[in-house]
Amino acid sequence: MILHLAYSAVLLSLASAVFALLQTRFNALVFLFLGLSGAFAIAAGVGELLDQTVLIDKIPLGLPWQAWHIRFDGLSAFFLLIIGIAVFVVSFYAPNYTMNEQKDPQSFAVLSLFTGLFIAGMMLVLLADDAFMFMIAWELMSVASYFLVAFKHENSANRRAAFLYLLMAEVGALLIILAFGVVASFADGFTFDALRASAIPTIWMSIAFGLALMGFGMKAGLVPIHVWLPEAHPVAPSHISALMSGVMLKVALYGLIRFCFDLLPEVHWQWGVVLLIIGTISALSGILYAMMQQNLKRLLAYSSVENIGIIVMVLGLSMIFLANNHKELAALGLVAALFHAFNHALFKNLLFLGAGMIHHQTHELNIDMLGGLIKKMPETSVLFLIGCMSISSLPLFNGFVSEWLAFQTALQVDVLDNGVLRSMIPVSAAALALTAALAAACFVKVFGLIFLGVPRSRHAEKAKEIDSFSMMIAPVILATFCFFFGIFPSVILDLLSGVTSHIIDATLPQTSVLTPLWLAPVSMQQASYSPFLILISVLITALVLFFFLHGKGATKARIVPTWDCGFGALSPRMQYTSNAFTMPLRRIFATAFLIDEKIEKTMRENTKLNVAEVRYSLHIQDHSWVHVYQPIERGVNRVAKQVGRIQTGNIRTYIGYSLATLILLLWVVSL
Amino acid sequence: MNWAIAILQTVLFVALAPLLAGFLKFCKCRLQNRRAPSFLQPYRDLLKLTRKQPVISENASWLFYVAPYIIFTMMILAATVIPLIAVDMPTSESADVIVLVGFFAFARFFLALAGLDIGTAFGGMGSSREMTISSLAEPAMLMAVFTITMTASNTDLSGAILHILHSGSTLHPSFVFALFALILVAVAETGRIPVDNPTTHLELTMIHEAMILEYSGRHLALIEWASQLKLMLYGVLIANLFFPWGIAQSFTFGALSFALVVLVLKLVVLSIFLALAETAVAKMRLFRVQEYLGFAYLLGLLGMLSHIILESTR
Repeated sequence: MILHLAYSAVLLSLASAVFALLQTRFNALVFLFLGLSGAFAIAAGVGELLDQTVLIDKIPLGLPWQAWHIRFDGLSAFFLLIIGIAVFVVSFYAPNYTMNEQKDPQSFAVLSLFTGLFIAGMMLVLLADDAFMFMIAWELMSVASYFLVAFKHENSANRRAAFLYLLMAEVGALLIILAFGVVASFADGFTFDALRASAIPTIWMSIAFGLALMGFGMKAGLVPIHVWLPEAHPVAPSHISALMSGVMLKVALYGLIRFCFDLLPEVHWQWGVVLLIIGTISALSGILYAMMQQNLKRLLAYSSVENIGIIVMVLGLSMIFLANNHKELAALGLVAALFHAFNHALFKNLLFLGAGMIHHQTHELNIDMLGGLIKKMPETSVLFLIGCMSISSLPLFNGFVSEWLAFQTALQVDVLDNGVLRSMIPVSAAALALTAALAAACFVKVFGLIFLGVPRSRHAEKAKEIDSFSMMIAPVILATFCFFFGIFPSVILDLLSGVTSHIIDATLPQTSVLTPLWLAPVSMQQASYSPFLILISVLITALVLFFFLHGKGATKARIVPTWDCGFGALSPRMQYTSNAFTMPLRRIFATAFLIDEKIEKTMRENTKLNVAEVRYSLHIQDHSWVHVYQPIERGVNRVAKQVGRIQTGNIRTYIGYSLATLILLLWVVSL
Repeated sequence: MNWAIAILQTVLFVALAPLLAGFLKFCKCRLQNRRAPSFLQPYRDLLKLTRKQPVISENASWLFYVAPYIIFTMMILAATVIPLIAVDMPTSESADVIVLVGFFAFARFFLALAGLDIGTAFGGMGSSREMTISSLAEPAMLMAVFTITMTASNTDLSGAILHILHSGSTLHPSFVFALFALILVAVAETGRIPVDNPTTHLELTMIHEAMILEYSGRHLALIEWASQLKLMLYGVLIANLFFPWGIAQSFTFGALSFALVVLVLKLVVLSIFLALAETAVAKMRLFRVQEYLGFAYLLGLLGMLSHIILESTR
């Protein structure tokens, strides 16, 4: 039954793709199918998480001797739930957004076709129980999303981003195939059950882990192989960016978790250390780069790098605990990582949809050209604020809970025997603290410059609130979830204990408390958090304050023009800009960036003092472009040139090649 | 009964905060050979501000009106978490030290947004600097606090204090590092010299004051009170976490009043030290602050490592 729900979700998203292709007059059906697909995915996910029996099936598709193996367990169900929520919400948002932006029916069909295929691909990845089907679904997801990235292909920068995306996706896929291949060579068959039972030596296991980490890490956007992500995600339409950043990265994480925790027969603490280090670097550099961006969607994409980094970091912790036989703590780490993945999907979707709404109303994504939107778009601003507060991990919101759990995991380090690990994990916890604080600074900048202050351009000045109810309902649902799961995280955490018992055969410690009121992951004596009690005390305190200060006796505030120090003529250009806001941090963390800052002064009448004009230009580049990508690109070009030498164009040479090959093969056969 | 004492403790926190600010001002004035205003002056200032009509810029949005209430509420919540005169309060279980840092972050988030709301250059300057400094201070603070909580294997402040009380007077070298780290962070976070100057009137050096430049009337009163409360919160945190002796472990009248007397003594000593430091040290340049906070972070890290290497039972 539950499996049928999951199948229906896949079929419905395919149906939405087909309907888009048929170009009937009932375009609304496309979105109806999409919404139903999301709803079915939610139902299947929740059903399986509550039921907790592993469902197995075979579908006679694909190669004749290799039917598709299907398996639906807690981990797949949880990620299907994430996809379901995102797709359900996007189906409300997309109709208005696509109809308004795409006047001609052709591009509408293209967009909806590939959206449907993309979603079906992601869902199939979660259902796959053999490497063969996994890769087909993975490729469906990658290639369909390539067309979505290349959707606005009129712009050459978008074409370039899309090509980079496809290239990285395919290189990643190759690495994943190799990883599966390494494990499969010690097993009989490609089914996941066979891979689990493989008698693989440790050295090959580590090689497989490395390949999988690179392959899935490329898709998930781990530093230093993340460079495609901030290029590709922003150029797609906003609801697609939301799906890509919020959900597709999670599918890559699913692959990593499935491969490392489930398929490989054992884990080693050294892998955990690798994950911990890469995660820490990704988290820190992700948020530092995010902060320096002026384009809102690029900023959000970099912030995804940060959040994926946090998740990978906690996964590393979990792996270290698992390898040291502290299964309960490993379960805690896994729960923290999965919950953060869930939360990130919620608030990143919310923020991307919010960015879409801003773009829809102002045709502007440059933070420095916006401002003052809190008055023009009041409802959007509240929703966006909730997203910013969740992602900055402020208490009472969901982002805080998962980060709190991550800290609790890291603080259990005292149980480990290895001194190096025990001193390394606290350092990464401090890096996590730095990341969280920088994220808060980053999103103060985002909200402050976009919504507060005075409009910096005519577009921002003339912006109006979204008038479509369906477009508004999508972020409302997400914002409600962000708040609800911040107050009652136990709803999701309870479901997650089923996942960990499947994957690593352990649940949270016996003494842990997960009630709607209390959250104590280890024991009530060690650490406890009660968001609901805090919410109640916030409300009481605020009411008392309001009663005393805003009651009957209070004088009404006098509204006056802003004090301009007597100089007159305050202008919007006097406000802080994005570059100005981040200047202190840019200077402090200068080595993290490649900064090209130019100040050109033109003097009046050849004097040295009288400045006529000042030009300021700032260009910030990612280290991994220059130090990782470009050397590889040059290397590939050089090798290609060398290989090109054998292509003489002379037919006799080619006959010679054939002959040589034939002789070589005959020799090999004769051996 | 327990709840009544918890509420009483919070009220005491809020009520005593301006007194601490007044005493600190008194100490500074005496050190600088000036005549000091009465200890009660901060109360009078707050009362005067609440009676005045607020003057608000026409560019202000609802966020500007709401922010002072949020900031003050968050400080009160933080006050429910930190044990003032007694441990094991029912409120202290609802949030641990990470949540406490979260409360401060919450308040700061809205303060920085309020600074950007009017759209003047000073507000943006203050917000930018505040977020920069706090994002460096927060990890240093967590490092220092984690050293304590790992020793006690408990992130609840009450539990950590109880652990220290019961473990007797063993000297932990890690605590010395953590103490100094936390003091450095406290100075930065509460906007005292040498990081920020609460009495400055030179716009270019302002951080905290630049953000609240547009506030007046009851809104300003709330923000001022909140920052006095924050100073007291950090003072009590340092006093009770590192020198917990005297704090009440049972809710009897005798124990509570003894704890109050001891607490006042601790705070008096702390504020004299702070006044001495503020008189002796000059404010530093903004771009020296990262070295200062980097040093605090390093101290926290050293504390953590010395705990792991020297003190851990394994």
